[in-house]
Amino acid sequence: MQQNKISDLIAAIAGKPVDIGADESLFESGLLDSFALTDLVSKLEQEFGIRIPDGDLNPRKFETIDKIAEYVEARI
Amino acid sequence: MPWIRGFGKHLPERIVTNTEMARLLSVEEAWITQMSGIATRRFAAAGESVASMAAAAGREALLTSGVEANELGLILVASGSAERRFPGPAVEVQQLLAAPQALALDLPMPSAGTLFALVQAALWAPSRGPVLVIGAEKISPLLLAEPLEPGTAMLFGDGAGACVVDPRGGLARILDWELGTDGTGAGELKLELQGPIRMNGRSVILHAARKVPAAITTLLERQRRPATDIAVYLMHQANANLIAKIAQSLGIAPESFFSNISLYGNTSAASLLIAAAEWPGPWRGPIVMAAFGAGFQWGALLLEGEC
Repeated sequence: MQQNKISDLIAAIAGKPVDIGADESLFESGLLDSFALTDLVSKLEQEFGIRIPDGDLNPRKFETIDKIAEYVEARI
Repeated sequence: MPWIRGFGKHLPERIVTNTEMARLLSVEEAWITQMSGIATRRFAAAGESVASMAAAAGREALLTSGVEANELGLILVASGSAERRFPGPAVEVQQLLAAPQALALDLPMPSAGTLFALVQAALWAPSRGPVLVIGAEKISPLLLAEPLEPGTAMLFGDGAGACVVDPRGGLARILDWELGTDGTGAGELKLELQGPIRMNGRSVILHAARKVPAAITTLLERQRRPATDIAVYLMHQANANLIAKIAQSLGIAPESFFSNISLYGNTSAASLLIAAAEWPGPWRGPIVMAAFGAGFQWGALLLEGEC
């Protein structure tokens, strides 16, 4: 399970601890804005050694920690 | 390949500050600045149109280029905010400039439309002679249409930019380009016949921050030019934060990217050539123009300045 590592990445990008549930929206919580999302996608590629194709650049895929973990695990 | 010979611009007189926009949109003034880097934008007067602003910018471009209207072989007008379905503004510009010999062609494309028009001009100029490329937008009447979208409405302004592409010589030679289209983004940024502009900002920024650096990198690798050797990057002025993000992706200092978005906001198709008209130069060495917009459509253009 990658939730903890993903949560650490988000905290580093947001500059504050991730204090929401894994199924809550990172956007609605204010942890990620449009520009931080671009950083997160790059970090996911670097940290997990995956390539996120343009066809997957859909913000809804990265809305919650659970969705991100599911996506990453499918591509590792 | 032909040259870009000279630039022109037209900006409406009315300056709209963030104070006024914040009041109109019921948001915090500081939020507009923080999210966009925009301080002011221009709104066109009731009597101004896409065509009238386009013609004003075109006249200035002809003047700075030393080209007469009766020498033009083609007029290209990119706009996402033309006031009617047809005819588009290009034919009006032909009349306003008194250039009856010139073909007139519209590109109903905002934002990246001008970059695509420049490529069209480079292809047409060898056979048609000088080409007048114009990007012009009158978006302000649509911004405040209901339902209000403050995050989108705060971004935009009106204006026009222009340049002459000439097969005989000029400031900078057009060397190469890299263009892209991804129709899966068609619903993410759109303007129906009745406004307002609808934008999924997260999606647009996510794709722009990836696709524009990729296009620039592909172009520069093909031309064996290091990104650090580029004299200036002239971008579609969409959002100051996005420009900074693209600079970061390329590993380039943000100072290499000319920006005037704080003054005019996002003038869509007009912004690239307004920026080029205002960049103080010199037009020497390799120069990159780049843009991203609705569609999605995007690209980069490499010039070699010869002044």
